[in-house]
Amino acid sequence: MADSANPDLSGDGSGDGSGDGETRRDFLYLAAGAMGAVGTAFVTWPLIDSMNPAADVLALSSTEVDLSPIEEGMAITVIWRGNPVFVRHRTAAEIEVARAVPLDDLPDPQADADRVQKPEWLVMVGVCTHLGCIPIGQRPGERKGEFGGWFCPCHGSHYDTSGRIRKGPAPRNLDVPPYEFLDDTTIRIG
Amino acid sequence: MNGLTITALVKWVDHRLPIFSLLNEELNEYPTPRNLSYWWNFGSLAGIVLVIMIVTGIVLAMQYTPHVDYAFDSVERIMRDVNYGWLLRYIHMNGGSFFFALVYIHIFRGLYYGSYKEPRELLWILGVVLFLLMMATAFVGYVLPWGQMSYWAAKVITNMFSAVPLIGDYIVTWLWGGFTVGNPTLNRFYSFHYLLPFVIIGVVILHLWALHRFGSNNPLGIEAKGPQDKIPFHPYYTVKDAFGLGVFLVLFAAILFFAPNALGEPINYVEANPLVTPAHIVPEWYFLPYYAILRSVTFDIWFLSAKLIGVVLMFGSSLILFLMPWLDRSPVRSARFRPAYKMAFWVLVFDCVVLGWVGANPPEPPYLYIGQVATVWYFFHFLVLVPLLSLPALDRPKPLPVSIGEPVLKGGGAASAGAPAKPMEKAP
Repeated sequence: MADSANPDLSGDGSGDGSGDGETRRDFLYLAAGAMGAVGTAFVTWPLIDSMNPAADVLALSSTEVDLSPIEEGMAITVIWRGNPVFVRHRTAAEIEVARAVPLDDLPDPQADADRVQKPEWLVMVGVCTHLGCIPIGQRPGERKGEFGGWFCPCHGSHYDTSGRIRKGPAPRNLDVPPYEFLDDTTIRIG
Repeated sequence: MNGLTITALVKWVDHRLPIFSLLNEELNEYPTPRNLSYWWNFGSLAGIVLVIMIVTGIVLAMQYTPHVDYAFDSVERIMRDVNYGWLLRYIHMNGGSFFFALVYIHIFRGLYYGSYKEPRELLWILGVVLFLLMMATAFVGYVLPWGQMSYWAAKVITNMFSAVPLIGDYIVTWLWGGFTVGNPTLNRFYSFHYLLPFVIIGVVILHLWALHRFGSNNPLGIEAKGPQDKIPFHPYYTVKDAFGLGVFLVLFAAILFFAPNALGEPINYVEANPLVTPAHIVPEWYFLPYYAILRSVTFDIWFLSAKLIGVVLMFGSSLILFLMPWLDRSPVRSARFRPAYKMAFWVLVFDCVVLGWVGANPPEPPYLYIGQVATVWYFFHFLVLVPLLSLPALDRPKPLPVSIGEPVLKGGGAASAGAPAKPMEKAP
């Protein structure tokens, strides 16, 4: 910038930019400099914002799922916005276990009823809230962790049958995406 | 006749652009302390590896396709179909590992001999900037082959920014260009991977500029007193550097041709699958100590989450190097004359090795506890031990030699034995 022409702003310690009798010139330098900075900031924004999700990426933001083939005790994984979404048809026992937990026992307290629209259908984003790994426990025979839900192999987070964090480094429960029941056996996520 | 014309041409150019004078002064006549050991080879070696990385990288970029559907296959095509593609890729892949090995030795050399002290603080700071740029380049480069470890390393590392309070999730979405690591992420990482090496070259030039201002530090850590303490860079150190390069290339070629995948993770030869996380996510060996620090924080402190503290400590472990010139107030540079600091230095080296070993293992007891102790020690070293050992009362420096040249010129190091301890000379 043009500061170098101004002895008061040259950083040589001879003055602090005011009080040396050159107030008008100082004002003009400061005002021009400030305008330049603001202008640069405005020009930078398109560059920064271009790195945010593009329109086509945002357009992929809803997914419909047919629930009819999923029997009780089964779970499927669907992809929504590039991430896995766990859809689990919970058994009565699993619902009972999830409801019986006192909220005080939870690192991120949330009642099971607040995480489901219909108790038998648990729909969550299957991405560990710690550092983004995919927890295991969707398939029969996979490790489900100490609370019978899901287990993240990366850093050892345990989730219960409501997908709530119970043990390990993850700070939050598995996220519940926005979804709605289009009819009894179809949901639309997103 | 021909020689005469070339001389005339050189003179003609040099009069208008004194580049030949510059090269002569900085690479030929450049006065260098006469006592540099082989520990002073690693800077130039790192520079040579940087060139090797850029040259192989440019050629590899001609064959690589930065798209999630093609990236993995294009790398496999380089390995199988492209002429000498296997060689180029193995050089580039292992070159990264060797680059880090050289730079780590270079950094520890600086820590041991106090190369960060006045008047070389900016030289040191530029070096730390280079190190950070290099880590960023290595990280984005590792993602490009789009193997399982590429993908999950990208996901886990970018997710660290979600620990930033309030705006963390927006930052992560912005870094990804989507809702998870995907094609936009791969594209921008490729762009950065091509850009950053040239930024590194720029900072290397500043690093060398700052180096040549006062010249190299040396194993004694005392300033040169006059011409008798220095020798011209060429041929003395060009030869020494060339010999070191030969030794380095033998080791490099041994890994390259006999164990090219020894330093990598086999699972990165499985194509990225966003729905399946590998059972053990581990970074390349050169990032293991940082990974251990990240994972050693398993508890919240007040309102700060374990995740945030882990991330801050991990980045802090590198950034703390910036402060080294001000944490260490001892006027004596070289650890040769600082018995307690010397011991602390070797404990730090051991501590970093332990952190690396912990980082390679799952975050469970006993590794977790060992990692926690090693993390505490790492920060204790820099924040407590180094400032304390700056005090003569706690670490009494041994007598410094009178000059660099004296033991050589007067025959035998005995002459310096009785010299009184005195503070580091100030630069003119």
